[in-house]
Amino acid sequence: MQNIVQNIQTLPISYYLFFCSGLFCIGVIGVLIKRNALVILMSIELMINSINLLLAAFSAYSNDPAGQIFVFFIMVVAAAEVAIGLAIIVVIFRSTNSLDIDVLNKLKW
Amino acid sequence: MFTTYIFYFLSILAIYSAIMMLMSRKPIHSVLYLTLTFFTIAGHYILLNAQFLAVVHIIVYAGAIMVLFLFTVMLLNLNNEERSPKPGWIKMLAILSGGMLMVVLVGIFRTYDLVVSYNPHLTQIGLVKNLGKVLFEQYLLPFELASVLFLTAMVGAVLLAKKEQI
Repeated sequence: MQNIVQNIQTLPISYYLFFCSGLFCIGVIGVLIKRNALVILMSIELMINSINLLLAAFSAYSNDPAGQIFVFFIMVVAAAEVAIGLAIIVVIFRSTNSLDIDVLNKLKW
Repeated sequence: MFTTYIFYFLSILAIYSAIMMLMSRKPIHSVLYLTLTFFTIAGHYILLNAQFLAVVHIIVYAGAIMVLFLFTVMLLNLNNEERSPKPGWIKMLAILSGGMLMVVLVGIFRTYDLVVSYNPHLTQIGLVKNLGKVLFEQYLLPFELASVLFLTAMVGAVLLAKKEQI
């Protein structure tokens, strides 16, 4: 088993660069296109995940564990942010009964 | 060789489910496609031998954050609102600007190559033991502050979401 693990080749880093750039741009397009606030929040999570993967890839290829520790803390912050974001969405839906950002574009309802 | 095939399979699956997340009409489908994307990214972590991150990723994202999203969609009954689409020209502009961002990034990264590249399956820095040593020796303060952050987030979420008592 150890031999199999050690024989796994590494891909060039550019594979991960292109893949994560693609995921990031899909997240950007999602934030710009969608009207549902929940799906916009999910697109932001997709962007965060692409960056996590790129950080972990660089950390693995440069033999520096700081990158993967940073990814761990980014996951911590992302979890807290999703909790608060969903609480805000719940409050907005409860008071205005709509999650459409083209409807919710007033600062004071 | 085998690694390349697995990478291509996971990447195509990830990009496909990300695009399907954007193109589905009901929010519940978007949540499920995003969960599939998160599982493919966990597969990528395993390819990099980042074992701790792979497991934490599945536990935190697929196990907690997506469950939160699913609860919100189901309890608030947000699924029956099929979004009315934005005007066509706005969508075209958005896809165009996203595409241009992609072109810029690809242009930047095309000629980049790491000078010294380690094999993460030999150096084994992604293992729980090695990461744990670094986390608890060098990064102990952010680790403890993360717990304070979680306490703040919990208090905030409960305070925001509870009903007003008359």
